[in-house]
Amino acid sequence: MTAQTEAAQAPDLLYSEAEEDLRSAVRSLLADRADAPTVIAGIESDTPYDLRLWESLAAGIGAAGLLVPEKLGGQGATHREAAVVLEELGRSVAPAPFLTSAVVATEILLALGAQDGPAAELLGELASGRRTAVLALPFATPPADGAGAMTGTLERTVTGVAEAAAADVLLVPTAEGLYAVEAGADGVTVEPLVALDLTRPLATVTLAGATGTRLAEAGPAAEAVGRGLLAGAGLLASEQLGLAEWCLTETVRHTRERHQFNRPVGSFQSLKHRMAQLWLEVVSARAAARNAADALATGSPDAPLAVAVAQAYCSRVAVHAAEECVQLHGGIGMTWEHPAHLYLKRAKADSIAYGTAGRHRASVAGLVELPAP
Amino acid sequence: MSTAIDAAQIRGLTQELLAAHPPATTGRADFLAARFDAGLAWVHYPVGLGGLDAPRSLQPVVDAELAAADAPDNDPRRIGIGLGMAAPTILGYGTEEQKARFLRPLWIGEEVWCQLFSEPGAGSDLAALGTRAVRDGDDWVVDGQKVWTSSAHVARWAILIARTDPDVPKHRGISYFICDMTDPGVEVRPLRQITGEAEFNEVFLTGVRIPDSRRLGPVGDGWKVAQTTLMNERVSIGGARIPREGGMIGTVAKTWREQPALRTHDLHQRLLTLWVEAEVARLTGERLRQQLVAGQPGPEGSGMKLAFARLNQEISGLEVELLGDEGLLYGDWTMRRPELVDFTGRDAGYRYLRSKGNSIEGGTSEVLLNIVAERVLGLPVEPRNDKDVAWKDLAR
Ligand SMILES: Cc1cc2nc3c(=O)[nH]c(=O)nc-3n(C[C@H](O)[C@H](O)[C@H](O)COP(=O)(O)OP(=O)(O)OC[C@H]3O[C@@H](n4cnc5c(N)ncnc54)[C@H](O)[C@@H]3O)c2cc1C
Repeated sequence: MTAQTEAAQAPDLLYSEAEEDLRSAVRSLLADRADAPTVIAGIESDTPYDLRLWESLAAGIGAAGLLVPEKLGGQGATHREAAVVLEELGRSVAPAPFLTSAVVATEILLALGAQDGPAAELLGELASGRRTAVLALPFATPPADGAGAMTGTLERTVTGVAEAAAADVLLVPTAEGLYAVEAGADGVTVEPLVALDLTRPLATVTLAGATGTRLAEAGPAAEAVGRGLLAGAGLLASEQLGLAEWCLTETVRHTRERHQFNRPVGSFQSLKHRMAQLWLEVVSARAAARNAADALATGSPDAPLAVAVAQAYCSRVAVHAAEECVQLHGGIGMTWEHPAHLYLKRAKADSIAYGTAGRHRASVAGLVELPAP
Repeated sequence: MSTAIDAAQIRGLTQELLAAHPPATTGRADFLAARFDAGLAWVHYPVGLGGLDAPRSLQPVVDAELAAADAPDNDPRRIGIGLGMAAPTILGYGTEEQKARFLRPLWIGEEVWCQLFSEPGAGSDLAALGTRAVRDGDDWVVDGQKVWTSSAHVARWAILIARTDPDVPKHRGISYFICDMTDPGVEVRPLRQITGEAEFNEVFLTGVRIPDSRRLGPVGDGWKVAQTTLMNERVSIGGARIPREGGMIGTVAKTWREQPALRTHDLHQRLLTLWVEAEVARLTGERLRQQLVAGQPGPEGSGMKLAFARLNQEISGLEVELLGDEGLLYGDWTMRRPELVDFTGRDAGYRYLRSKGNSIEGGTSEVLLNIVAERVLGLPVEPRNDKDVAWKDLAR
C-alpha cells in the first residue's frame, strides 16, 4: 500500500472551515435563544419545543436538510456537518428534534433511495424544516435491532418514542414494510410520558385503526431502519461530546471562582486531577465521535465499528462529565435553577438511547471477532 | 515566508534519497547517514544539521514515504533519550560547535545518550537536586549521585543538570551540561528493577571534570534549558500511524482468538472495554497527528502519555489473568543489563511489571495531571513555600 492510498483511507478527524462556520452560526443562535434559563422555563411550559427556535435552526441555518441532497431540497452536506450541529445542541441541551427527525428519520428515507413519490416528498418537507418525522420505535433501540423491528401491523402500541409529541409524521415499521403515518390522523394517539430527560420528551404512540402510506417493503425497510439507527447512534456521540465539554468548561469555571478554606476550590489537587482526567476523556471522545461521523459521511465499511466504538466510549464520558459537574458544583449543583441537572438527565438518557454501551460493546465483539465464551 | 519548502518538494527529495540509496542494498548506518545529510532526519532542523528548515508538519510526509519503501529506521528504543530529549535541547541552546559535534552521530545511532536528571532526593521535585558543579578554570568539577538512569551502561553521552549556586532559590542555581560517560569519576552501577533486569542504573559522579565548552545555556539558567528537555520528553509524538490493535491490546486479542478455553464472561467484558479504549486512544493519537500536519498542534500530546500508561497497565494486568495457569509463571528472573528499553517484549508477566514504570518514568501521572490542570485547563497552581528560599536553606 502506498502512502497516498493509506492517506486517502485514513479518517479525517479534524473540522473543516465550513464546519467551523456552521458551528459558529448554530452556537450563536443557541446562545441567543436557548440559554439555560430559557430552556428551564421552556420545559416547565406546555409546549415541549420552542417552535421558533426550531424554525431558525432548521430553515434559517438549514440544519434540517444537511443530510439531504440539493436536488431533493436539502443542503447536500454530510454526517460531518450534522455532527457539528449535534455538538452544539449537546452543549446547550436545547430541545430540538434534530437527531430524531433530521438525522434518523431523514437517513431512513434517504436509504430507501426514492427520487420521487411519497418518500422523496417527505424528505423534502423534512429538509425544509416545515415538518418533522420520527421513527416509531423505542428510543433505546440499538442499530443491531433494526431488522428485528420489522414485525406486527399498524395496530400497535410503541412506548418510549423520542420526540413523537412534536412530530408531524411517524415512520412505523411493520411486517409488511415501513409506513408513514400522519401523527394527527384518526386512530393515532400520542400520549406524552414523564421522561427522565426533560429536554427530550418521550411519548407512547398507539395506532388503532390508523392508516398510512407504505414507503417500502420489509426487506429494504429493514436495511433502511438499520442505517437510520446507525446514523443516530453514531452522531449521538457528537451530542455526548458537546455535552461533556460544556460540563467540563463550567466545572473549571466554577471551581476557579468558588473559594473555600481561603483558596479557590479548583486549587485543590484532588479536584484538579479529576478535571484533568475528564479533559483527557473529552479529547478522546472527540476523536471517537469525529471518527464515527467521518465513517458515516464517507460510507466507509468501517462505519458499524466506528459507531459502536464511539457509542461504547462517549456514553460513559458524557455521564462521567455530568456527574462530576454536579459533584464539583457542590450544593448549587443539586438545585433546579442551576442547569447542571439538565445535562445529567440528558447524559444519562443518552447513555441508553440507540443502545447502551454494553450493547455496543457486544457489537464490537462481533465485528472484530472477540467472541464471548 | 513564501520560499518555504512544500510537501511535494519534500516527497521528491525523499524519493531521490531512496533512489540514490536503495534500502534493500544499503547498510543501515549508511542509509541513516545519507538521510541525515539529505536533511530528511528531522526536516524542521536547520540545513546542515539533518534538516531543511521546513515546517515540522512535513516530517510525516517523509516518514510515510520511507515506511512505504521499507527503509531502515533508527531504533527509538535504543536512542530515545538522545533523539527525544538531548537533540532538541542541543538545537535550542547549543553552540554551533556543539550542534555540529553531537547531532549527526546521535541521529544515526552511533552514540547513545542517557539522562542524568533524577537523584535519590529529587525526582518529581527535580529542581531540588543536590549534585554540585564547581568552577575550576576552564572546567567544572562535578560531585553527586544520580539514580534510575536508563541506559547509562550503554551511553556514550549524558545530559546532566547540576547545582552551580546553592545560595539562590532552587530553580535559579542550576546549570546544564553534556557529560562524557567515559570520563574518569563516572561510575555506573546496575540497579536491578521490578522485572529482574537492570535497565536503569545508579550513577556516581566523583570529581568529574567537564569542560565549560560542554555547558548548554548560560550558567544558572539550567532549569530553563531542562524545561525544553522535559517538554520534549512528555510530548513525543511520531509521524507514524499506529494500526488498529497495534499496541498491547493486539497481543491479548490474539490470545483471546486463539485460545477459546481461556475465555470467561468477566474477562470478555473487561477485554471489550479495554479494546474500545485502546482504539479510542489510537484515534486520539491520529487526530493529534493530523492537527500537527495541519499546523494546529493541540495540547492533547500532554495527555497521551497518561492515557497510554494507564492502558498499558490495565491491558497487561488483564493479560496475566487471561493466561491463568501460564500467568502464574515468569519467563526469566536472571539479572541482565539490556541494551534496549523494552516495553512489550518477553512474556505477559514481564509486560505487566514493566508497565508499572509507564506512570512513573518521564514524569509521574500525578505530576502530569497537575500540568494538564494548570496549563491546559488554567486551574490555580499549587501554593508553594519553596520559591523564594535559597536552596541551601530548604529542609532536606
Ligand atoms: C523505568 C524508569 C526509568 C527512568 N529513567 C530515568 C532516566 O533515564 N533518567 C532520569 O533522570 N530519571 C529516570 N527515571 C526517574 C523518574 O523520572 C522519577 O522516578 C520520577 O520523576 C518520579 O520521581 P521519584 O521517583 O522521586 O518519585 P517521587 O517524586 O518521590 O514521587 C512519589 C509519589 O508522589 C507523587 N508526587 C510527587 N510529587 C507530587 C505532586 N506535586 N503532586 C502529586 N503527587 C506527587 C508521585 O506521583 C509518586 O506517586 C526513571 C524512572 C523509571 C521508573
